[in-house]
Formats: sequence, structure tokens, C-alpha cells
Amino acid sequence: MEMSGKHNFPGRLFIVEGIDGSGKSTQLSLLHRWLESDGHAVVFGEWNSSPLVKKVTRRGKKKKLLTPMTFSLIHATDFADRTEHQIIPPLKAGSVVLADRYIYTAFARDVARGVNREWVRGLYGFAVKPTVGFYFRIALDEAISRLRTGRAGFKFYEAGADVGLADDLEESFRIFQGRIIEEYERMVEEFGLVVIDASLPIEEQQSQMRKVVAEALVGAHKTRNSQWVNLRSIIRESLE
Amino acid sequence: MGQFTFNNQGIPGVDPQGLRGKLIVIEGTDGVGRSSQIWLLKQWLETKGHAVRATRMTRSVLAGKGLRRAKKGTTLGRVTMALFYATDFADRLEHEIIPALKAGFIVLTDRYVYTLIARALVRGIDPDWIREVYGFALKPDRIFYLRAGVDDLVQRVLQQDGFDYWESGMDLHLGDDMYESFVEYQNRMMGQFDKMAGDYGFKVIDASHSIDEVFADLKAQVSEVLTPARPLPSDSLGRLKQLRNGYTTRDSLRAESSENSLRDTNGGPSGEHIFEPLRDEIRPLLRR
Repeated sequence: MEMSGKHNFPGRLFIVEGIDGSGKSTQLSLLHRWLESDGHAVVFGEWNSSPLVKKVTRRGKKKKLLTPMTFSLIHATDFADRTEHQIIPPLKAGSVVLADRYIYTAFARDVARGVNREWVRGLYGFAVKPTVGFYFRIALDEAISRLRTGRAGFKFYEAGADVGLADDLEESFRIFQGRIIEEYERMVEEFGLVVIDASLPIEEQQSQMRKVVAEALVGAHKTRNSQWVNLRSIIRESLE
Repeated sequence: MGQFTFNNQGIPGVDPQGLRGKLIVIEGTDGVGRSSQIWLLKQWLETKGHAVRATRMTRSVLAGKGLRRAKKGTTLGRVTMALFYATDFADRLEHEIIPALKAGFIVLTDRYVYTLIARALVRGIDPDWIREVYGFALKPDRIFYLRAGVDDLVQRVLQQDGFDYWESGMDLHLGDDMYESFVEYQNRMMGQFDKMAGDYGFKVIDASHSIDEVFADLKAQVSEVLTPARPLPSDSLGRLKQLRNGYTTRDSLRAESSENSLRDTNGGPSGEHIFEPLRDEIRPLLRR
């Protein structure tokens, strides 16, 4: 199979990881802007967004049909579809691919739900190894206070409420995300994730990221077609 | 019953030791007659007093519809397909097969992980990877592999629903038309089944014979797995009336599963008169 491990595709794959409220999505979108303005063709993808699979996941969550096993497998299915369509082809074409959450999200969440650590790593054996994986490290209390002000409430599965850790949703979220942080910390060394201190000012985090990315981009394609690409995305946004 | 298939890695929250039923798998290629034989076996086993649950692929509550929808489109990749099937299988295993086994049912399943593995392998998926993915599957008590030549399959399929896109491996571009593709695809599938037959201890049943002969063969081999059937109580009618009321005594439950020592030890002092709601495991009795 054309998969697994370090790839030799001409493109580059940068991914961000961290718990909700760590600010990773903000950082990735700033990186996206910078890469495009620098003339790279950029493809961006999110966790849990495969057009074939996401409906099944959404319904499963809404109706609370998911067990730790099926939660794990349906997310792997979603990720497989994205790998086959949104990640490998652009990497072969020499693009820069950005992913908000990657396999490490699955490793952290599934293990926090009691799934076997080795099994879930094997499950994602088809995944492309990222050029750089960033982990946004943040204290649990800080993340929770950001989430409290930022949006309404804690979601059932994000709080790990399906595994029955606590009666109170916020308390469950605290325990579950605490376990996830433990898993992330374990993975920093295992997978060589680049740690960004998410308590630093946004600008400082971004400049650290850009420095690492710039080094990884040496020798990467730039596109002569960025004007075309950018114009099209501007037109599309204005039409929506 | 009791262990997980390939690497014993298990399912969170499921203890395989508590599974009293029997898991019987009917494997074989498209058109070989699996569903006919399962129907016959179910009638026969129920008549003998066994509770039976028949299950099949892509029928999970979670992923069945989504998978069938994905198969109608043009973008389903091989890794995605393999994992979609695994999700569907896991949902059926946890919500259908394991609960039925816990309740002491005989579960007859039309295809199992072996078909899913074979389909992945003929599409070039890494064998170690796919076996590892299915490491959570339960090891069946018996695996019957219905085997017939492709010539027989072609005739049977044509008399039923005709060639199916996926069962003909049309995604693999194996031939000029559906017939050629079907023959090649089913030959490759059989090649995979034949290899697995030794590895996983399939009981090979010659399915080129008549339905009656195949059924007789299956009956003889299924009998070997069965614990002595529990006969229905002599006053079946009175018993059914009692069940229909929705409640039953713990004593009568115990009488029903006399070979089950587990409940005897947990059931409390004998003669204790505790009412409990009708269990799902008894419900199928009412439908007959």
C-alpha cells in the first residue's frame, strides 16, 4: 500500500494538535494566510469532515449510539476518506497540506476512552506522517476558562460523558480532557511533536511556528498559479 | 466462545467470559446460498428449542445506511471502505451479537470478518494491517465455509438479483463486462477464503450439491456445537401466557436455563420470589 510512515511526496504536511481552547485553530489559520501570501498552494482540512462519513458520525453522536470502539472506528473511517482524497493527492501534486487535528487526536481521545493504545496506533497505520506536528500545550484550567467565555457549554462526547466519568458535564470534561493531556504529553516524544507554549502571546506562538515551517519548506514547490487560486477563493467566499 | 480473534486485544467494557451463547459463522462467496441455509438452520434450531439471532453485514444501526449510501457513489476508496465495514461490524458486534450471546442465543451470522478481510486483501490492502484492525472480533465457535465453483455461483446469481457492482469487483476493472469481472473477482475471493480456511479452521462445506444435501451436512456439523437443547416446558401454553404478562419469576428463568450454572450461583436462595421485567432474551419465544 502506498501509505504509512514517512512519505516521499513532494508536498508538505503540517498539522496542529491540542485540547479544545488551546488556540491551535487560530494559529493554523494565521499560518495558512502566510503560506498563501508567500506563494504556496495550500489545502486545508479539518478533523471529522469527510463528505462520505461525517453524517454517520453526527447522527451517531446526536443519538448517542457510539461506544469507544465505534467512536474510534468511525473517526478512522472519516480520516481514511480524507487521506485518500484530501491529503495524499495534494501531497503528490506538491501542495502544502494543513490539518486541524490529526491521528494524535484519535490516539489521545480513544485511549482516554479505554481503547487499547497499540491497537489504535495500528488502526491509523495508513496515515501519512506529517512533515511537522505542532502540539499546543496549555494548562487545563486555562483551556476551560477560555471555553467558558468563548461558547455555550461543553459537548457530550468532548466531555467524555459517554464513559461516565462524572455526573456533572464540566467535571466530566475536566477529567476527560486531563486524560487527553496525559496522552498528548506521552506522544510528544513518541512522535516528535513540536511543542508550542499556548499561554504565550498569539504573535509569539505564530512566529515560532513560521520559523519551524520555513525550515521545512526549503525546496518545496511554489505555485505560479497563486493569483488564480487566491482570486477563486475570494470569489467563492463573496458568493457564499 | 470467549476469546477475541486475532490478537486478543478486546473491546472496552466487554467481558467475553460472560457469553453463554454460540457464535456460528456462515462464510462463502456471493450466490453460494448462505442466506438460504441460515434461514433453514434458524427454523430447525428454533424447533429444537434454541433461541436464534440471524445477522448480516451492512445492517448496523450506526453505519449501515451510510455505508450503503457510500457504496452507491463513486468516491469510496479502499481504505475508507475497509474501515467503514469495520465500523459497521463493530456496531453489530457490540449491539447485536454480544448481547444475544450474553443472553444465551445461537447467533447465526451471514458473513463475518473473514469476508471483510478477503475483500480488503483482493483490493491490495496490507494483510497485517487489516488483521490487526479486526483484533477486537470474537472468535466464532464454528466457521462454515460454503464453497462452490464459480460456474455454479454465476447460475445462482443470475437466477436471483443478477450481478452486483461490488460483488463483481467492478471497482477493480478486472474485465470487459460484469460477467468477466464477476468470474475473476469471485475467483480471487475464493483464493483468499481457501488460504484462510487453514489459518482459521474453517469447516468447508461443499455447496455445489442440492440445498437439502448442503443443509443436511450443516445440520450434522452444527449439532456438534450445541449444548443439549432445553426443551420448552411441558405446559408451554401456560408458560407463554405467563411470559406475555411481561413478568416472570426468577425460578422459572432458572428452570429455563438449567444448564447454566452462572445464574444458579447468582440467583439468590431457591424459592425466592422476585419479579423482574421480561427479558429481551425471552421475547423471541413470543413471536413464534
